[in-house]
Amino acid sequence: MDPKTIICRCSDITLEEVRQAISDGYTTFDEIKRVLRTGMGSCQGRTCMPLILREISVMTGIPQEDLNPGRKRPPVNAVSLGAIAEGEDHDYES
Amino acid sequence: MKHIEILIVGGGPAGLCAAISAAQSGAKVMLVERHDHLGGQLIKQTHMFFGSEKQYAGTRGIDISTILTDEIANSENIEVLNNATVLAIYEDGVITLEQNHKYIKVKPERVIIATGASEKSLAFPNNDMPGIYGAGAVQTLMNIHGVKPGHNVLMVGAGNIGLIVSYQLMQAGVNVKAILDASPKIGGYLVHASKIRRMGIPILTRHTVLKADGKDSLEHATVVELDERWQPIPGSEKEFDVDVMCVSVGLSPLSELLFQAGCEMKMVREFGGYVPLRTEHLRTTNPQIYIAGDVGGIEEASSAMVEGHLAGLAAAKSIGYEHPEFERVYVDYNEQLEALRAGHAGDHIRAGMSKALIKEASC
Repeated sequence: MDPKTIICRCSDITLEEVRQAISDGYTTFDEIKRVLRTGMGSCQGRTCMPLILREISVMTGIPQEDLNPGRKRPPVNAVSLGAIAEGEDHDYES
Repeated sequence: MKHIEILIVGGGPAGLCAAISAAQSGAKVMLVERHDHLGGQLIKQTHMFFGSEKQYAGTRGIDISTILTDEIANSENIEVLNNATVLAIYEDGVITLEQNHKYIKVKPERVIIATGASEKSLAFPNNDMPGIYGAGAVQTLMNIHGVKPGHNVLMVGAGNIGLIVSYQLMQAGVNVKAILDASPKIGGYLVHASKIRRMGIPILTRHTVLKADGKDSLEHATVVELDERWQPIPGSEKEFDVDVMCVSVGLSPLSELLFQAGCEMKMVREFGGYVPLRTEHLRTTNPQIYIAGDVGGIEEASSAMVEGHLAGLAAAKSIGYEHPEFERVYVDYNEQLEALRAGHAGDHIRAGMSKALIKEASC
């Protein structure tokens, strides 16, 4: 098996797949997220985001300072739906 | 929903000091930490600190954590929530957190974000192979759990973390084969680098990882020299027989909550990633939100502690709790910070600050 360069550990997405997506015209972090799921796993992009933004910058020639890092939606960490559903009862009281 | 005066997110060096100074000013503080213990990265730091006496120079990181944690335990104004993760900051100022599978909502008057940073990773073939760790994981295994990560290590990154962890590995009887760094110069302090070189460990600047190999886990790593344009030089490959690769290529601020809070953010290379614009009082463009420590730019634990104190004092003052000796301590902490950032070692911090600092009036 060919050695893979993993960019997104949560969804096992490789450097090759990221580069393919960029050359297919998906040139923002959020677009790549929607086609490859990078940034949607348990680390929420903390591992892959810097690597993906660097690839976008190299391939498009746009400096990293000018790239959009994408929307950072709540929650920033995994939480069970059950916990949210019961949340009404857990408003913090001292 | 409970009314909270100051919510502090993160119980590392910055968050602990922010809690202490805000509480000393008279504010009621809630300190939220996702682990079961306070201290953050300090508890992995078995080495003695540099800096001046005011930042506990000569004391080991883990002992600094104990000093600060004891002070927190003795404060009536601080409530600590362990095993609690802040999940989101919403437009109306409501903050949600989870503690032991309970979903909790709070609405604080001020928030100090002290979430720290996460480790950057490196892209090379087989980079997901067992045996390849971040430096934080190696420190956790060795210094918290007393577990040897392996026998022969290749350290990637010659910043202070890479150098210190290499030294600790050697102390633990683990063989460090070499330390690499892609840049032409060693990033960490020369005193650490010299200590390591005297032990016979080569530090290869302008080198990077080409690939990792092994059957079920890491057995070999191939490295390559880089030219002035950071491109691999053909024929310069070297192979190392290692069962551990420790990746220590920098940190990135954990700033998602600040994005959610609507703070104006900027990618600042010198700070390791996206950081909020901030005033000299560590207030972001969201007037309720302050920052302290690595989330505002990657630096050292010493400056994180000083920033924590400053943010704690400033956030408390903004809601009417002025520290009894505000002027004196505030000036003193600012002078400490200036001293920590002085000289050549602070060049990149001062450069980063010139991009991220805004005038108080503009927010």
